[in-house]
Amino acid sequence: MNSRIIIVNIIRWCILLFVQIFLLKNMGFYDLSTPFIYILFLLLLPFGIPNILLYLLAFGTGLTLDAFYDTMGVHATACVVLAFVRISFISISLNRDAIDDPEPSLSYMGFQWFSLYAFLCVIAHHLVLFFLETFRLSEIGYTLMRCGLSCIFTLLIILLVEFIFYKRTSR
Amino acid sequence: MRNLWIFVSRYNAFFLFIIFSLIGIYLTVKNNAYQRSVTLNSSNEVIGTAYERLNIFKRYLNLGMVNDSLAAENAKLKSQLLALNTIDTAKDVKVIDTLTDQQYTYLAAKVVKNSVTLRNNIMTINKGSLDGIRNGMAVIAPQRGVVGLIRDVSEHLATIQSLLHKDTRISVSLKKNHALGSLVWGDGNFDIRKAFIKEVPNHIKMYVGDSVVTSGYGSFPAGIFVGKIIKPNVATNDNFLSGELNLVTDFSTLQYVYVIKDKKAEEQKALESLVKPNE
Repeated sequence: MNSRIIIVNIIRWCILLFVQIFLLKNMGFYDLSTPFIYILFLLLLPFGIPNILLYLLAFGTGLTLDAFYDTMGVHATACVVLAFVRISFISISLNRDAIDDPEPSLSYMGFQWFSLYAFLCVIAHHLVLFFLETFRLSEIGYTLMRCGLSCIFTLLIILLVEFIFYKRTSR
Repeated sequence: MRNLWIFVSRYNAFFLFIIFSLIGIYLTVKNNAYQRSVTLNSSNEVIGTAYERLNIFKRYLNLGMVNDSLAAENAKLKSQLLALNTIDTAKDVKVIDTLTDQQYTYLAAKVVKNSVTLRNNIMTINKGSLDGIRNGMAVIAPQRGVVGLIRDVSEHLATIQSLLHKDTRISVSLKKNHALGSLVWGDGNFDIRKAFIKEVPNHIKMYVGDSVVTSGYGSFPAGIFVGKIIKPNVATNDNFLSGELNLVTDFSTLQYVYVIKDKKAEEQKALESLVKPNE
């Protein structure tokens, strides 16, 4: 069971980063809305993962993305923030001892919980990402607009992917 | 000590978050040229601006005199140059006239008051009717480019209705084929470095980089460089084309201008007033 989770996550990491780097990097509506689907990997890491491992994975994934986007450290910071939001939200909304589901996916947790969870994580990640990228407050209106539109786009794709891989039997 | 360690491990998520995000931000600032320059520049900018202010002040203490003499000399040279350029060669009667027939003369004037931020901008210069300035005379900038037209004149001062005014229209033409148009500013774009050329006939082809010069039909002498087209062939709803152009005149730093006196202006006006409109 344990090795299966690891293999599934490695495969998921490879596919999501491949899609992000080679397909979605070239996408964007009027330079305003850019989807960042790779954070789905961080969202779907299993519940039992230690905090330090989660942070290391988030940082490493971010750095990999940075290497391809030529933005050293921007994605890494955004992913670390996402990991913090993820830990906080899970510890607030769920009882730590009573978790028997393996991972926080749509098929295990239900639409309501998962969409709120994904929304909070995505918005935290995008806010940090776009503000670090712009790095000044004078263009705050444009940055917020880019951030909001990209959030909608990313969230739509994440929900779409989750519905495609929905496992009815496990619920 | 033990309590501290318990505290840290209890809230390890938060402390790990601080550590990792600090590493991330450090990497961001250190390895990206843009973010580094922003961080460095905002501290340098304060010091640099202070020095710059001081320098400008120092420079202007002794440069006023030099400026005056240079402007006067420049006006004299320009008048001579124009005298050589505007000899009328199409005369069929030989008149013994030792003076060249010079139509335009230049008069240097200092800008006393300037504005560029309003919708309709007016400048004031320190020459007036005693210096021979009349309503409607053309005004150009020292290096190149047009400034506007004289609006009101008092004895020692005059106001210029600059190009940055909703009523100013200057007759211009494309340098390459002399297609006429009129130069206007504003119309949804209040950038002082840009203006529009309007009412160009539809069959004329404009390209990016085409030079626009004055046509010579208004108070301006022909051939004064106005600017270069940056956005050609903007279709309007009438039978004419428009284009956007970059002005060479920098209105924000104007200190001296040249007023152009046209010797034949009165004569031309009198002659043209004989033609009744709608005839």
